Amino acid sequence: MDLFASLGLGFSVALDPVNILYCFIGVLLGTLVGVLPGIGPTATIAMLLPITFSLNPETALIMLAGIYYGAQYGGSTTAILINLPGESSAAVTAIDGYQMARQGRAGPALAAAALGSFFAGSVATFLLAAFAPPLARAALNFGAPEYFSLIVLGLLVSIALAHGSIIKALGMIVLGLLLGMVGQDIYTGTPRFTFGLRELFGGLNFVAVAVGVFGIAEILRNLENEHEREVGVKAVKNLWLTRDDLRRIIMPVLRGTGLGSILGVLPGGGHILSAFASYSAEKRLSKNPGEFGKGAIEGVAGPESANNAAAQTSFIPLMTLGIPAHPVMALMIGAFILQGITPGPNVINEQPALFWGIIASMWIGNLLLVVLNLPLVGLWVKMLSIPYRVLFPAIVLFACIGTFSINQNVYDIYAIAFFGIVGYLLIRFGCEPAPLLLGFVLGPLLEEHLRRAMIISRGDPMIFIERPISATLLIMALAAVLVAVLPSIRRRRAEVFVEDD
Amino acid sequence: MKTVVKMLAASLVAGSAFSVAAVMAQDYPTQPVTIVVPFSAGGPTDTVTRLVAAAMSEDLGQQVVVQNVGGAGGTLGAGQVAAAANDGYTLLLHHIGMSTAPALYASLPYDPMTDFAPIGLVTEVPMTMVARKDFEPATLEDLIAYVKENGENVTYANAGIGAASQLCGLLFQDALETKLTEVPYQGTGPAMTDLLGGQIDMMCDQTTNTTSQIQAGEIKAYAVTTPERIAVLPDVPTMAEGGVENFNLSIWHGLYAPAGTDPAIVERLTQALQAALADETVGNSFAELGTYPVPASEATPEALAEKLEGQTALWAEVIAAAGVSAQ
Repeated sequence: MDLFASLGLGFSVALDPVNILYCFIGVLLGTLVGVLPGIGPTATIAMLLPITFSLNPETALIMLAGIYYGAQYGGSTTAILINLPGESSAAVTAIDGYQMARQGRAGPALAAAALGSFFAGSVATFLLAAFAPPLARAALNFGAPEYFSLIVLGLLVSIALAHGSIIKALGMIVLGLLLGMVGQDIYTGTPRFTFGLRELFGGLNFVAVAVGVFGIAEILRNLENEHEREVGVKAVKNLWLTRDDLRRIIMPVLRGTGLGSILGVLPGGGHILSAFASYSAEKRLSKNPGEFGKGAIEGVAGPESANNAAAQTSFIPLMTLGIPAHPVMALMIGAFILQGITPGPNVINEQPALFWGIIASMWIGNLLLVVLNLPLVGLWVKMLSIPYRVLFPAIVLFACIGTFSINQNVYDIYAIAFFGIVGYLLIRFGCEPAPLLLGFVLGPLLEEHLRRAMIISRGDPMIFIERPISATLLIMALAAVLVAVLPSIRRRRAEVFVEDD
Repeated sequence: MKTVVKMLAASLVAGSAFSVAAVMAQDYPTQPVTIVVPFSAGGPTDTVTRLVAAAMSEDLGQQVVVQNVGGAGGTLGAGQVAAAANDGYTLLLHHIGMSTAPALYASLPYDPMTDFAPIGLVTEVPMTMVARKDFEPATLEDLIAYVKENGENVTYANAGIGAASQLCGLLFQDALETKLTEVPYQGTGPAMTDLLGGQIDMMCDQTTNTTSQIQAGEIKAYAVTTPERIAVLPDVPTMAEGGVENFNLSIWHGLYAPAGTDPAIVERLTQALQAALADETVGNSFAELGTYPVPASEATPEALAEKLEGQTALWAEVIAAAGVSAQ
């Protein structure tokens, strides 16, 4: 079956009125849970799984997929408006998106995120349709050494996340790495930094840490002075992108889409890197890197595109090989099985209507999301005019309920409180939370892949250099360091990392 | 005077509690029942639970909700149910890990034998010894010879301490009196990814995860770990056929209530479990996963208690011999 006939079959499934309806329900629910801080797609899909029993397999999976990528859209909304990222990719959006909101430019930030996401989603869906099997095969060449080198590269280039002191940024990354160590070591079972608490064996919950250091810390900062309190947005300048904004986001969206599409295919953690990588790239390539961290629209459009592209292409390993790239995809595997379909290499041949139907529905879902979200921009921005004394307890409450709903672990709520205070102290000391989160997310992956690679090579570190993909990535990482220390560029960097404290 | 009032009050409270309990057992269930799965959503145990829960809802006439309480190798969720009210509204569906936890964890906050009221066995999922598709040995005999000769040069993927895949590897190394290089992963999903990519040599995992990959020819299957061949993989021999005696391993799943649950409620739940296991949809879905519901004779409190006891003793021995500990 050639591509067009397949896509024709897919659209005939996806355009079925029932399927369109459930696709819409899915993306709407996804947007809502993405907007509510803390409640993520994992919890939502887990809760809705039983409801999908009675539906056709196509309809059920179209809806569940919609929840997932809908949540990617919605997650950026709270990150931009109230500095409350629900997942790692939205943490990047919060850096410049929230600054834009503080300057009264929440509308353009939300619009840039929505348009960038739509474009990226469309391109990534096309990639999924055209090249899924070969892309998945290529991704299997990534073993532990390759992932290790990729993460090293990611960490080294993302020093650019900081807009203040580079030493403090490094310190934050190291602190994040250490926080990522909390929990049971999977290799030996030894609990680390758990203080004997069984609840900490699984490690710190990302959502709890993110909600704490970003959202709660920001609330504390806002509350410290009754009179100078910011109410999010002082004056909403305009809701829509100006011609200049549009011109500025075109290239970041294109680059973000490219980066995200590639990284999303890698099942060992590539999708996590996509938003961080895009932000770093945009800051490096920008003519005005000093604007980043102070409300640069490129810093919203790029990572949001990358994040959404990766969300779509992370379906590739699932749909073609039956392997999950992250917890949501693991849940999708459960959904397939409950529908009597065992995900694996045979799905594309045995269930063509299902396979192509889901792909076609993703494009329709992305379109629905834009139609749904652009009119909502005005509504979201209005939300900021709610008096702060009403808004902030609601934010704290929703964040706690959402976070608790993931694992029913009360320690996650303690973690929110603890990291809220930590985050506040960090703000006071002029340290930024984004590099801390990056370290927290990538630290465990870095350790896991390093140790696995060393076990497989039986202790021989040459494995990182002998394997061509790994070697190439390490050379790129070395180049990134060299570029940073070269004297001529150093002068320019002095301008990039203006100390602002 | 005071004491008399106290005694009166106490007898009143006790009396009403008694009658409430009697009424509860008769009408049970009057509200949704929660089954705690001590693993994350989407995994094999979760899938088994959701299939059974849906069918049990029909028999009980009440919604049966599945709640995932993952972490610490299943001991967090199990501990939560052990401490839950024994009113029959909080249950636990746990697998073989119930019997290995005492050997793996030095300080468990509960005792698997005394803190639970068994309801019945649910399913016994066979396991398969698989390898990357270009792995040298052609047959099970070749594999055994190859592994004995190459020992630690063979890499074996498992899903971490106490996982089914690790237990299978322990038994295998024990039986062959050799040592492999064990490579732990965060779950068998990532392990399967590396097996498909040829990054690692071998793995042993439940048929729920391996059947579709074996049928598609993406990985090689050498043996099943059950005494008999299994229907979905008729060409795959048993370990005994390859000369490995006494290798019997299946990932058995059991349903438990907290200890002290009214026997009448336990009986009602056993009945609902048996009805669910006889359900055609459940049978078909299980078959799709390469497993089968246990017969009604084993979906009983007695059968589960016996299984738990025997397995706890077995694993205490194997795990101590291997020197594995989760703490």
